[in-house]
Amino acid sequence: MTTSRRSFLGLVGGGALAAGLAACGTSGPQSSGSSTGGAAAGSGASYWFLTGQPQQAIREAQVKRFNDANSGTQIKHTEFQNDAFKQKIKTAIGAGQGPTLIWGWGGGGLKSYVDANQVEDLTSWFGENATLKDSIFPSAFGAATVGGKIYAMPVETTTPIVLFYDKRSFEKIGAEPPKSWGDIMDLVPKFNGAGIAPFSLGGQSRWTNMMWLEFLFDRIGGAEVFQNIFDGKPNSWSDPSALKALDEMQKLIKANGFIKGFSSITADSNADQALLFTGKAAMMLHGAWTYGNMKASGGDFVTGGHLGYMNFPPVDGGKGDPSDTVGNPGQYLSISSKATDGEKETAKKFLANNTLDDASVDAWVKSGNIAVAKSSKDKLSSITDKNDSEWLNFVYDTSANAKNFAQSWDQALSPTQAETLLDNIAKLFQLSISPQQFADSMNAVIGK
Amino acid sequence: MTQAAGRSGPVAWMALPALVVFIVFGVVPLFGVLFLSFTQWDGLGPINPAGLSNWRSVLSDPGLPHTIWVTFEIMILSWAVQTPISLLLGTFLAGRQRYRGFLAVLFFIPLLLSSAAIAITYKALLDPNFGLGAGLKIGFLTQDWLGRENLALGVVVFVVSWQFIPFHSLIYQGGVRQIPTSMYEAASIDGAGRVRQFFSITVPQLKYTIITSSTLMVVGSLTFFDLIFVLTAGGPGDATRVLALDMYKRGFQANLMGPASVIAVLLVLIGLALALLLRRLGGSATASQQEGA
Repeated sequence: MTTSRRSFLGLVGGGALAAGLAACGTSGPQSSGSSTGGAAAGSGASYWFLTGQPQQAIREAQVKRFNDANSGTQIKHTEFQNDAFKQKIKTAIGAGQGPTLIWGWGGGGLKSYVDANQVEDLTSWFGENATLKDSIFPSAFGAATVGGKIYAMPVETTTPIVLFYDKRSFEKIGAEPPKSWGDIMDLVPKFNGAGIAPFSLGGQSRWTNMMWLEFLFDRIGGAEVFQNIFDGKPNSWSDPSALKALDEMQKLIKANGFIKGFSSITADSNADQALLFTGKAAMMLHGAWTYGNMKASGGDFVTGGHLGYMNFPPVDGGKGDPSDTVGNPGQYLSISSKATDGEKETAKKFLANNTLDDASVDAWVKSGNIAVAKSSKDKLSSITDKNDSEWLNFVYDTSANAKNFAQSWDQALSPTQAETLLDNIAKLFQLSISPQQFADSMNAVIGK
Repeated sequence: MTQAAGRSGPVAWMALPALVVFIVFGVVPLFGVLFLSFTQWDGLGPINPAGLSNWRSVLSDPGLPHTIWVTFEIMILSWAVQTPISLLLGTFLAGRQRYRGFLAVLFFIPLLLSSAAIAITYKALLDPNFGLGAGLKIGFLTQDWLGRENLALGVVVFVVSWQFIPFHSLIYQGGVRQIPTSMYEAASIDGAGRVRQFFSITVPQLKYTIITSSTLMVVGSLTFFDLIFVLTAGGPGDATRVLALDMYKRGFQANLMGPASVIAVLLVLIGLALALLLRRLGGSATASQQEGA
């Protein structure tokens, strides 16, 4: 997993954090599914996943299709909000009360389940189901692989993080979208002068701020800066490129690059997207998964062609490849090793028949996402809506042409490092610590 | 059966259910946490002994003094805001007038709401871009309430007070009603006015009520978690990160159950020390001093 995860030379990266972030109204765990499992005498399976449209409806439909086709073995699902899910699933698995199908983001979190022997090794199962394995983007398997073995199936979508902008705001100040980091810094005073915040940001969620650093680290120092951190090389957070990236970050914050009050805005409420589509902010760096919600909630923002998007621009003199992107290579389903044999069989049947079947891929593409299945490309031509078609091709190309598709840091790193990272990022954005202090605190937890 | 045995026997039995609940849900987890504080555990895998390393790393963490300071800051500020207001409100509501009974019902509404609901509501109202201030175009309400360190702390204290003042008013209302009216009559005859009566009779008579209410506020403030977690998540930065939140973040977000247990033990110790201290302040007699004791 160590090398393959980072070198997503192929396609695709994932929309991980994704799902629940588009969370609109639904709250609290909601249980449904037909049989309680009792009738099926232990051969039914349980599945927990995230709320938030359009992903939620697609997952519900998958379970329903499975249950309709398999009257003897039913899947019972429970839905959670994103942030609540992250802790709930960990605690439940630790207590031996987890579901049969474990939904996750792969990477460091999956590794902690593997280390605790909580998830099934699916390597041989994929060996038996080679056609299924071949139908999925190879790069998506990186974050599902630990120590050379596959512990999860990549399912759902691949969503890189992209720079969204509001074309109307650019027309208002008569400027062109930025082509470099220098352009971004030049645009900041112009937008502020016009009473428009340059960038929207849901800073209270912290990983939202992290996306900025992911790109700045890559554009300034190249992909190997984070690769060294990931590999646990001592003091790799104080690499000169890393310090420069942290410094540039604080320069943008000091220049009022972000919307007033960004540190109290959460991404779970979609307020950051609302700032963009209501014209209060001109640009937003966010995951491709936000497209669906902006289209649904933003009035004519998407349908009227006002939404623009691009890959993060290069930094002058930087070493990174401008085609590089970050995100997550997919969402993942693992099977609990504590489940009964009957439950495991049901879960495998669901994985094989209902997660990336034609109906699912079709639904993902129609919702504005590229599914992790290779067949996504064939579906693109069937999209008639001009805006959707352009968007999907952009996401596909960004993923496919990326020289390096890095997994989101907080998912790639161990939970211990990730929490320290998010904590320090919040302080960095609050300007309460310097780049050097940031690097020192992060160096202290490398490899932990 | 002797009289003594007949008295204590059934009484001791009656305490048993409460005792069992207390031991199972209070004492056992307490020792569990103490045990975990000397181990290394990520919540999933095996539990490995770690000696004193958790204690050393938590106690030498440069963030800890700040977290403890924020905890005490919120505790002291919310006590200082809540006590006078609850006391006055409780005294006011103790009057038997009908309109006061009506107002009492309104004042107690916040008690019916859960902390999470209150936090979500305030978060929405205080949003700098979509909140009350921006919506009504009221300049001074359009602050970055939860995004600036001192403001955020102030908002937390305000919301905590808003939530709990009704509860403490209720306690004071009961306390004031217990004060014999004969004392006020005597004071009026001696020529004492309203204000004088309040400071010379009501407040001294409420001494134990004040101690009870203060103990609840102070010890209770150590466990503020849900409200702060939803409202600010400890932010901006770590400006409102209290011990309980720190414990949660270490345990359930960073998967470090050992250090989280150290914080839990610290919380228990601080809580016990404060409760003992407040009891000391009140003297040992818990019986009512009313009726001119």
